[in-house]
Amino acid sequence: MRAFFRNPFVRRFSLCFLVVELVALMTGPPGSTQAPTAGFRGSFFEASSFYGLFRTQRWVVFFALAIIMFLVWSGWLNKGASIRSTATKALAVPRAVTQRRPVRWSLIGVALIVALLLPRIVNDAFWHSAMTEQIGVFVLLATGLNVVVGFAGLLDLGYVAFYAIGAYTTAWMTGSLPTPAPFHGHFDPFVAIPVAIVIVMVAGILLGAPTLRLRGDYLAIVTLGFGEIVTIFANNLYGITGGSQGSGPIPHPVLHIGPLHYVWSLKPVPYYYLLLVFLVIFLVAFSLLEHSRIGRAWTAIREDEVAAESVGINPLKYKVMAFAIGASTAGFAGVVTASQSNNVFPSSFTLQSSINILVLVIFGGMGSIFGVVVGAIIIQVAYSYLLHTPPQGYQSADLYMYLGALLVVMMIFRPSGLIPSRRRKREIVLSEAGEGHMDEVLTGDTP
Amino acid sequence: MGAFGHYLSGHFATFRLEFWSLFVGGVANGFLYGMIAVGYTLVYGVLRLINFAHSEIFMSGGFAGYFVMKALIGNSVPSGAATIFLIVLGIVVGGTAGALVATLLERVAYRPLRRRNAPKLAYLISAIGASYFLFNLAGKEFGRYSISMPQPYINHPVFHVFGAGVQLYYVVIFVAGVVMLFALDRVVATTKLGRSIRAVAQDAETASLMGVNIDRTIALTFIVGGALGGAAGFLFGLGTGVVYTMGFVPALKAFTAAVLGGIGNLRGAMIGGLLLGVVESLSVVFVQAAYIDVVAFGILVAVLLFRPTGILGERLGRAA
Repeated sequence: MRAFFRNPFVRRFSLCFLVVELVALMTGPPGSTQAPTAGFRGSFFEASSFYGLFRTQRWVVFFALAIIMFLVWSGWLNKGASIRSTATKALAVPRAVTQRRPVRWSLIGVALIVALLLPRIVNDAFWHSAMTEQIGVFVLLATGLNVVVGFAGLLDLGYVAFYAIGAYTTAWMTGSLPTPAPFHGHFDPFVAIPVAIVIVMVAGILLGAPTLRLRGDYLAIVTLGFGEIVTIFANNLYGITGGSQGSGPIPHPVLHIGPLHYVWSLKPVPYYYLLLVFLVIFLVAFSLLEHSRIGRAWTAIREDEVAAESVGINPLKYKVMAFAIGASTAGFAGVVTASQSNNVFPSSFTLQSSINILVLVIFGGMGSIFGVVVGAIIIQVAYSYLLHTPPQGYQSADLYMYLGALLVVMMIFRPSGLIPSRRRKREIVLSEAGEGHMDEVLTGDTP
Repeated sequence: MGAFGHYLSGHFATFRLEFWSLFVGGVANGFLYGMIAVGYTLVYGVLRLINFAHSEIFMSGGFAGYFVMKALIGNSVPSGAATIFLIVLGIVVGGTAGALVATLLERVAYRPLRRRNAPKLAYLISAIGASYFLFNLAGKEFGRYSISMPQPYINHPVFHVFGAGVQLYYVVIFVAGVVMLFALDRVVATTKLGRSIRAVAQDAETASLMGVNIDRTIALTFIVGGALGGAAGFLFGLGTGVVYTMGFVPALKAFTAAVLGGIGNLRGAMIGGLLLGVVESLSVVFVQAAYIDVVAFGILVAVLLFRPTGILGERLGRAA
């Protein structure tokens, strides 16, 4: 019996079977408080037709999938190495070509043109608002969090707090909160942009300066708590934030420079362009920053904090800087969200969205700007698609279940992300080989 | 002084009046925090990392206990021996569910990374992912509303402490908490398993050279911590009801308790839990109920900043 379970084929197959059944459960119908077993029953024993070919129960379909997965896995164990080397050889030429500067620039140009024409290409009301509220805003947030997690190596689980502060600052500046706006004015959201960014950066410094001395795992918990606290305050300070009722109506921004005059409205597409402009600015700034003195200091701290300190880098200063810079994009995203959606509610800034943004960064590849943008687009498009045409049994909150599973899978199979930053990948490989000092800050195991 | 002094004296009057009843409630909460906190501390000892998914171990214990109570308790409220049997059964089932989830967690989210000697950041992210996966899966399968647990007894004050009634629910927590924490303390201090846990916590490499099976020890550590967390989940659910997000706040507070007592320090986690429970409960007089979580968080930040080793200090791998 024991020998039977030790058999590698049996183990491999049972693992495949368990994974597939778990997927069956995840994609199955939901249960409820009254019928807690309904989800399980529906996931395994519901009648299901296999592309109309023959009618059967769900578990049979998934059992077939398990067999397919087992075969693929076994095949990969036999032929995997040769497939991988063939693929590397085949990809060597296109890789080398994309490394060339003119090619890179033209690719970026093409991407930019596609982004500019996107509202024309996808001419659909749902997708217009999705590309603004879900995709544009979250790509922006992910690039900001990438500075904190990817560049400086700090795990921030309360990033959404900065987003909330940015949004509430907008509401405050435009006079939409119970507490009066500064100078009793009703400013335009455009005026709120610099103010929000400054306030958010100050909040980042205030939170970061004391807590960034802490070890990385403690920092994760403290930022998590900070995110919760901001929501608690937003929910309960009725006199200041309007509590759970949210703010009053926030006006749309008005652009008025010389002959140029434009008034934003409820339409999402103009906001999409506003986001795009700022996204490009932030992307350019961050990629310049990555290879600047500051960026190199972040790399040094991330790889070996003690060594960095010994060559004269003040780790705390650069960590606080990363926090503040990362927060600034969240502040800006907050302004756009607040003025586009017309209201701010505490319920839109949950811990779940913090984790959502973290998944975007991890999936794309920590520290790789291009990877994070691509990863964020993929996940948010998938999310919007599921929102638009939900499959049977899908509830919108199920997304976080998939994202959680995605995080675990990424960490097991591809910790450096979809499109890894080369430096980051090397660090992980070195650390797994027992070389280098990455993460000692995180664990406190300084030699 | 004037108005503020008046404000304070008013609050102090309430404080004096309510002290003992708040204190009793605080100790009960403290035992629950302590039972969760030892899970953090044990895992921290052997793996040097914070098990972010411990909240979901707690949640699974709550749900397992709920289903058992729902299945066994009919329309009439049981009494006498039946009550004791149901409570013990609930604790055992909750603990088993917690241990089971903890084992799965260790197998799926931690062991592959440990095999590869992955950086700690990967562990943290994997644990966060597992936590999100688990509680959202529970939300999908069991609904997203809070459910109150069928009660195995009629809650009433059993005896009085300085005029403050001690509810039966609190007595259950006191007894269960004292028994389990004492048993855990003895297990870690005297048994072979405890010795191997301490050995791995002190120096995993040397321990393995001395013949300690590290994989087995880590798995058993997760089981022990998970059992206590799951049992705490059942006891918590008995009073507050169960919901898929129930683990988040108690686990954050239990983590605070573990840090307060000194992470890695078993008795520290228990004392930290009690202290946090009482302080938090008494602070109700001075801050609005909505800001209670802020108090615990403030304590966490203050401890981390001013005394990161906790009250009793970090003591990895010593018999508490």
